[in-house]
Amino acid sequence: MLPNTLCKELSSIVGREHILTSPEDLVAYSYDGTSVEHRPDAVVSPLDVEQISRVMQICNREAIPVTPRGMGSGLAGAAVPMSGGISLCLTRMNRVLNLDAENMMAHVQAGVVTADLQAQVEARGLFYPPDPSSIKHSTIGGNVACNAGGPRCLKYGVTGDYVMGLTVVLADGRILQTGGKAIKNVTTYDLKNLFVGSEGTLGIVTEVLLKLIPLPKFARTAMAVYPMLEGASATVNNVLRAGVLPATMELMDHTTIGTIEEYLRLGLPTDAAAILIIEVDGGDEDTVTKEIETIGRVCRESGASEVRVAKTEQERNDLWRGRRSVSPSLARRRPNKLGEDISVPRAAIPEAIRRIKAVGDKYNLPISVFGHAGDGNLHPNILYDKRDPAEVRRVEQASRDIFGIAVELGGTLSGEHGVGVLKLPYLGMAESPIEIELMQAIKRVLDPKGILNPGKKFPCSC
Amino acid sequence: MADARNIWQGIQLPSEEQYLACIRCGLCLSVCPTYRETLRETDSPRARLMLFRKVIAGELEMSHGFTDKMYRCLDCLACNAICPVGIKPGDLALAARSVIHQAKPQPWIKPLIFGGLFPNASLMETCMMPMLLYQRLGIQRVVNTLGLTRRLPTRLRDYERMLPSLPVRSLRHRLPETTPARGPRKYRVAFFLGCFQNMIFADASAATVRVLARNGCEVVTPKNVKCCGMPHLGYGDVATARALARHNIDILEKLDADAIITDCATCGSTLKEYGAHLLADDAEYRDKARAFSVKVKDVAEFLGAIPLREPEHPLKTRVTYHDPCHLRRGQNVWREPRRLLQLAGAELIELREADWCCGSAGTQAITHYASSMQILARKTENVAKTNAAIITAGCPGCQLQLGLGAQRAGLKVQVQHPIQLLDRAYNDR
Ligand SMILES: Cc1cc2nc3c(=O)[nH]c(=O)nc-3n(C[C@H](O)[C@H](O)[C@H](O)COP(=O)(O)OP(=O)(O)OC[C@H]3O[C@@H](n4cnc5c(N)ncnc54)[C@H](O)[C@@H]3O)c2cc1C
Ligand code: SF4
Ligand code: SF4
Repeated sequence: MLPNTLCKELSSIVGREHILTSPEDLVAYSYDGTSVEHRPDAVVSPLDVEQISRVMQICNREAIPVTPRGMGSGLAGAAVPMSGGISLCLTRMNRVLNLDAENMMAHVQAGVVTADLQAQVEARGLFYPPDPSSIKHSTIGGNVACNAGGPRCLKYGVTGDYVMGLTVVLADGRILQTGGKAIKNVTTYDLKNLFVGSEGTLGIVTEVLLKLIPLPKFARTAMAVYPMLEGASATVNNVLRAGVLPATMELMDHTTIGTIEEYLRLGLPTDAAAILIIEVDGGDEDTVTKEIETIGRVCRESGASEVRVAKTEQERNDLWRGRRSVSPSLARRRPNKLGEDISVPRAAIPEAIRRIKAVGDKYNLPISVFGHAGDGNLHPNILYDKRDPAEVRRVEQASRDIFGIAVELGGTLSGEHGVGVLKLPYLGMAESPIEIELMQAIKRVLDPKGILNPGKKFPCSC
Repeated sequence: MADARNIWQGIQLPSEEQYLACIRCGLCLSVCPTYRETLRETDSPRARLMLFRKVIAGELEMSHGFTDKMYRCLDCLACNAICPVGIKPGDLALAARSVIHQAKPQPWIKPLIFGGLFPNASLMETCMMPMLLYQRLGIQRVVNTLGLTRRLPTRLRDYERMLPSLPVRSLRHRLPETTPARGPRKYRVAFFLGCFQNMIFADASAATVRVLARNGCEVVTPKNVKCCGMPHLGYGDVATARALARHNIDILEKLDADAIITDCATCGSTLKEYGAHLLADDAEYRDKARAFSVKVKDVAEFLGAIPLREPEHPLKTRVTYHDPCHLRRGQNVWREPRRLLQLAGAELIELREADWCCGSAGTQAITHYASSMQILARKTENVAKTNAAIITAGCPGCQLQLGLGAQRAGLKVQVQHPIQLLDRAYNDR
């Protein structure tokens, strides 16, 4: 509970109706896209940078924890206010401030829904490529704070690759503007990138300047079917070596295929060990067609038993619908799932999947593996039932084993979902003490009182 | 928390399956009109589900605030359609209202009031497919009485067998315009008289009206409604279907009913489509159609959301239930009819593949005889395995088809509308 005087002070800044304290509101802001829960003491929804600055001044003065929040689609528990305090909700700040077609940049507020931005940008013949599967229900601010990626990252890179400048409100309310429309800039440390992927622990991202590129006019999509995992993995490198850089190379394993098929009946090959969904795009139709042909050939040479190239937009949509429905169709099999997000060197993919399957057998848990094969980012999903305590314990052990596999193979715990609270206990397996100490030191400089999203991303140094 | 269960004694709660599997992904936020309006998580489908869940678990009080949040849901079902896991947050918000009603009865909150009046749609040619079918069958009946049946091919004899015994007078002439509620009036509902029901299954619809009245509904039955338009849509005649839709909206809108009830699965799913699709691009009717469709309720669905009287004469019969396509997938109504049957005291035997199509699909039995009969054979086999005395289905098309299947297989099973069983359990007749 916030003292009444504080509530009054805050409402004089953002308006009474934008401070929520009813039990229903507190429950609604107690979760994100995971099963982690903790209620805030109040929800504050500011409208602009100045309001945020004034809110932060008060919170810093009173040492009230502040957890920034976009649309709460995060998969690490990062937006859950574990220490209570204020849930700072950015969704009202959803304006595209400027679309600069000449410099190909978009200046937006942090609460813009990513899909809305994409639609506006594409209407102008431009392209904002990052495409997390949560594109319709996540914000640019959240994407920046998690450095969100998506299937297209192989060719186009992650959110951070498009951030040209940021406006950030620091813990004490100071407003930092960093970066800008100049494409090259070496006069300061790359401060903006400090905030990319910081999960709300270093400052409140309020405005973002994003780089845009010309919209590719043509795209072709193919599905390659593999009787053996190795073939799928070999394809990834063989395609790149053949001189083609596809926009996406998405992998789904046997368990995943079966689950989607059960739910959507798209006619996927349920007896395959794996399938790859590969898409090429570009500005020239002939090139795109040639590229998809090359890919078809390389897939077959690498061990694909079948390659289906989508002939119509409907077929293409079906392929993507299958991919996008992975997560939810898994949820139809068991009541709960723990979705991991490990990242390994590309060549280690078959080994990683094999070992993960062994973990599933060891703990008697179904584990489905899918992910962005092009960049070695795998999502092993452990399916379980939370109501069975013994099973929950096995899930914890299995997920620790999976992290172990990632690290042993030269990879890491999270490729795109972030650490939040869910991966905190395992951080030491992947990050060196020096890295963790440095992060703590940076945190102390920017947020000496430790009010910004405390207890997330790395262990607190206090 | 430990005694959360006690709080709910005697109250019908939605099953855990309806909400436990929500992965909280947030996709439903993207389509929810109330969320998009306020940009507040509390007004989102995900939150409604979560709040309800917390209330059931005893972690949140069933306060005025909670009630308000549940009633803010517009019941537009957009979240139901988009949820990739198959959760229906919209339905849960409705279930929550039912729970609220059961636990702390409150004044019925009136749904949206319709917009202003507008001129009647012009009269039009309305070709009622079921009537046509009926007439053609009627001809076969004549042939039959003349003793020619044995010389007719099986196919024609099959059509003849589909016919139940005819009501003496069509329901249109028998039902009063207004049937008063028995006991205090809690709701005012409009009953949509479907063609099939009116002409062939009048007894089922008469039962529907009685059961509604029994549960505090004043039932208004306008006699000048026309076919819902489904047969026309089925035959690609969208223009007539739209004209019918406008006509029906004009008639029913005026009644200011809390709900528009139908006991025909096909009518129900069609009436519910007026707003979402059929008149979605009709500038004049779009909004009215949307408001109209929101009110349309299958009778089982409506009864599932209000507190019901216990029947005085529970049946002890072995009964099974077939899920009509237009009810289960078209309207996601499938728990409610089962609950009605259980309320009626029936021993409910779950039918294997209960939600598989029976092969009737409108007039498939006429247009695609062979495949329709194959699908029916599979259904009939499953029906036989239940050993039930009665097979129920809230759809006249299915009822005809199931009856035919039973006859073809020589099964001694009666075919009825679920509401007829509840009606029997209420009535001493
Ligand atoms: C079905 C589904 C699919 C997903 N697919 C992908 C995917 O393909 N790729 C991927 O990378 N992720 C994916 N995610 C994860 C998630 O959507 C992303 O992490 C997204 O970027 C979170 O955005 P959000 O607005 O929902 O942020 P939230 O969940 O609200 O917050 C996430 C974190 O960002 C911080 N934050 C939010 N806004 C700000 C701000 N303005 N300033 C500072 N900090 C802020 C929060 O404090 C928190 O730490 C998926 C999630 C779901 C549910
Ligand atoms: S109801 Fe469905 S769409 Fe909404 S959060 Fe839950 S799982 Fe996601
Ligand atoms: S049914 Fe209710 S919760 Fe679902 S989208 Fe419509 S208004 Fe939102």
